[in-house]
Amino acid sequence: MAAISREEVAHLARLSRLAVTEEELDTFAGQLDVILQAVAQVGEVAAADIPPTSHSVPLTNVLREDVVTPCLTPEEALSGAPDAEEQRFRVPRILDEDVAS
Amino acid sequence: MTTTLPAYDEVVARYEPVIGLETHVELGTNTKMWCGCPTDFGGEPNTRVCPVCLGLPGSLPVANKAAIEATVRIGLALNCSIAQWCRFARKNYFYPDMPKNFQISQYDEPLCFDGYLDVEVNGELVRIGIERVHLEEDTGKTLHVGGATGRIHGATESLVDYNRAGIPLVEIVTKPIPGTGALAPEVARAYVTELRDVIRSLGVSDVRMEEGSLRCDVNTSLNLPGEEWGTRTETKNVNSLRSVERAVRSEMLRQAAVLGAGGRITQETRHFHEDTGDTTPGRSKETATDYRYFPEPDLVPLAPDPAWVAELKAALPELPRLHRRRLQEAWGLSDADMQSVLNAGAVELIEATVAAGATPAAARKWWLGELSRRANETGVELADIGATPAQVAELQGLVDAGKLNDKLARTVLEGVVTGEGSPTEIMTARGLEVVSDTGALTAAVDEAIAANPAIADKVRSGKVAAAGALVGAVMKTTRGQADAQTVRTLILERLGAQG
Repeated sequence: MAAISREEVAHLARLSRLAVTEEELDTFAGQLDVILQAVAQVGEVAAADIPPTSHSVPLTNVLREDVVTPCLTPEEALSGAPDAEEQRFRVPRILDEDVAS
Repeated sequence: MTTTLPAYDEVVARYEPVIGLETHVELGTNTKMWCGCPTDFGGEPNTRVCPVCLGLPGSLPVANKAAIEATVRIGLALNCSIAQWCRFARKNYFYPDMPKNFQISQYDEPLCFDGYLDVEVNGELVRIGIERVHLEEDTGKTLHVGGATGRIHGATESLVDYNRAGIPLVEIVTKPIPGTGALAPEVARAYVTELRDVIRSLGVSDVRMEEGSLRCDVNTSLNLPGEEWGTRTETKNVNSLRSVERAVRSEMLRQAAVLGAGGRITQETRHFHEDTGDTTPGRSKETATDYRYFPEPDLVPLAPDPAWVAELKAALPELPRLHRRRLQEAWGLSDADMQSVLNAGAVELIEATVAAGATPAAARKWWLGELSRRANETGVELADIGATPAQVAELQGLVDAGKLNDKLARTVLEGVVTGEGSPTEIMTARGLEVVSDTGALTAAVDEAIAANPAIADKVRSGKVAAAGALVGAVMKTTRGQADAQTVRTLILERLGAQG
């Protein structure tokens, strides 16, 4: 059985706002399936006492002092924006999506 | 659709409410969570931004030590366990308020977990379980334009300011709170109030609901006694303590109406409306976004040193609840009087006024009297009224020294509130000092007696109460700038009557 369905790939594409054609869905579903199966093989080797690795470098508590550093100017900040208005980034409205909080 | 709402008494007689609260607190650190941009409020748009908080390619976040410390202290004050090891997580979603297209938050490994906060409701202690306290970043502010109304519906574009994006935000989530019955709305309010006071006492945030540095979402469900908990709704946009109470109550009434008509509750987000006091549906949770959380690869895990955590714990300030009890005893107030002080939001103001030299009674008189009245009339918080505790203490000092009487003091206070200066400056500038020059007063008294011979005769014949009219006349000619008691004594002396 495939590790990822065509529907799941379509769902992920929608969440990522990627326009994917029907043919591409087949292609990506196949490719992602190969990747997931490869990862699953690693999972088989890993014993229960080996925690999943999220960070390959054994470091913790990399923190910085609460000291202000210089900001960009608004002109610099907006220089890469496709559009700006009133010193703000101007983007198409996004509806029907949750706002993080 | 309009439905007739049932009476609140009937609702709580029939159903048991379960509530839960999610509170977001913006920390008062100097800099943002992952970069050194300043966090000060109200700058021009996009002037507090850098490659990190704009999510530019190649930029890397580094966690703010002060924010971690503040969060651990909040967790400790809420009796939480502190994680020995935890990670940040990416919460992915598509909305322009985060330029990265994700928010760095915490998922299944919060920094603090499993605590409680005791709150007082009608003199009883209620223990509110704390599920978790975690750290994340605030979002930018979007302005919707292109439509006629300025709201997102009908808008064609959004304008985004990222000054707020990346400010450290602490999320505090309660466990479900069952068993509060009819008191559910009051418990919700008492919890948020106490939480605000605890956080303020830690000095880690200014926790102002009106400025959005404390924001609250309220979960509410109803069930029949003995049955499983009902489907809950989450009410957002609850922006004042009063609204917390109103939101729970209005949602209980609405849900009871739906259930009573044989309907079922939809799990959804609802928006509270300050003007009407009711809620309207927002996005339905049944089509909730899939956030695809995963551990943040750009930040290494946190592993708070237990010795450091123990140090922070030992240095926690006294809990506001215990502090208040101590003040109540020191000020000699009854429970009801203390409650009035609490309701007025005047505890710290009175405390500071007493510290500045006023007696507790005098401090309470000004803050609960003239200043509360003015705050109510103008719709501002007492703390923002424009008079400081030091000024109130100074004003009372002038009264105690006999330089101001009550009426003049109120006029001076009016000037303080409108920013004319200190009480002494205003008194001097406007010539409001009590007329203590006995010569001038005696002249005014003689004038009043001469102008009112009939009344003067009455007083001479022993009807001392009639002197009030003469006192009034003197106060009028001195434009209220005389001490009424001194005037009265002078009149009685002149007329040979005994006070």
